[in-house]
Amino acid sequence: MNLLENFSLERFVSSLRYMWQGMICIFVVIGVIILATILMNTLCNKADEKRLQKDNENEQE
Amino acid sequence: MEILYENVLLLFRDGGWQRVVMWLIGALLIYLAIKKDMEPTLLLPMGFGAIVVNIPAVYEGALSTLFRAGISNELFPLILFIGIGAMIDFGPILSNPKLMIFGAAAQFGIFFTLSLAAMFFTLPEAASIGIIGAADGPTAIVVAQKLLGDSSTITGAIMVAAYSYMALVPVIQPPIIKLMTTKKERLIRMPYKAANVSKTTRILFPIIITVVAGLVAPESIDLLGFLMFGNLLRECGVLNSLSETAQKVLANLVTIFLGITVATQMTADKFLQPATLLILGLGLFAFIFDTAGGILVAKLINIFSKEKINPMIGAAGISAFPMSGRVVHKMGLKEDPQNFLLMHSIGVNVSGQIASVIAGGLILSFML
Repeated sequence: MNLLENFSLERFVSSLRYMWQGMICIFVVIGVIILATILMNTLCNKADEKRLQKDNENEQE
Repeated sequence: MEILYENVLLLFRDGGWQRVVMWLIGALLIYLAIKKDMEPTLLLPMGFGAIVVNIPAVYEGALSTLFRAGISNELFPLILFIGIGAMIDFGPILSNPKLMIFGAAAQFGIFFTLSLAAMFFTLPEAASIGIIGAADGPTAIVVAQKLLGDSSTITGAIMVAAYSYMALVPVIQPPIIKLMTTKKERLIRMPYKAANVSKTTRILFPIIITVVAGLVAPESIDLLGFLMFGNLLRECGVLNSLSETAQKVLANLVTIFLGITVATQMTADKFLQPATLLILGLGLFAFIFDTAGGILVAKLINIFSKEKINPMIGAAGISAFPMSGRVVHKMGLKEDPQNFLLMHSIGVNVSGQIASVIAGGLILSFML
């Protein structure tokens, strides 16, 4: 493989689109995962609180 | 006696000296594994394998069979991911999901190196070189195998670079972190507030991540699916024996085979090429820019945020788990013995594991 023969600055410029596309995609995916996690935390914690409240009420009865 | 004579003769014919160089490289890997304790579980089998595959009369042995059975079809790295998933505690990022931003930012080096490598290599080769920056051996193997196949002469160098840089995290990262942060920034304290994470969240998390990533980057589903399956075994609470097996026996078993099988790509004719040096250089470049990407995003957030973040934790966004998280924690303690960054840095490190797998999937989506 002759590296110098293969050298092409054009390929660098044209492949830069993978860089910005890749970074945007990864931030979007991670952003969705963050939102889903926050939502999940909120819903699950609320459900836990309700369950705890019910258990307490049952115990008092 | 005749066989010995013939094989010794072979060593001095047709570039036989190159095999001797490969033996020395194999010996160096074994030395680093034993004496320097650098990723010994992988470097030792790889070093031994490099010696075996460069013995003149060895052409098609059991190692080639193992390669076809476990690496050509990406089976070993995927099974290893079940073990890794079972080892990871996602608690820190479930407590503070925003930490995942740094995991995403620290993938910058992968994509930038892809562009740089494209100057010298074909696009699929450049993409496989870029993924070295993930500092994640199994992901590098899967991406390189899918894009380049068995016949490529550069897969060996990519695999060796990926695993070597994983081992060199404590050497490579501290100078970059010091160069990119001020003393004042390194002294920023981040009190850890452990939030309550319910068991339901822990169980749902691997499932939701698999679905989200699978919809956006379907090519990442193999890697991420196996990783998350391992984590589900850990968190479900009813498969403790399977979880323990995945964490210990399965992971160890596959690591043994993976290390020695990767070495089949380290034959002198494939490895001793000018391209290998360039790949090692570009891999290091990817690694440095990944670290820089995480730090820069942390600094950017600090401009707008009231609650300051220690930018060092951004550097832990690479996939080398848990080395990178520990390196950042130790650096924080060195600056200020009361500055405990461990939970934050490990959280970022875990998110780097997820993000690097997604980055691998995205690269496959772009190239295939």
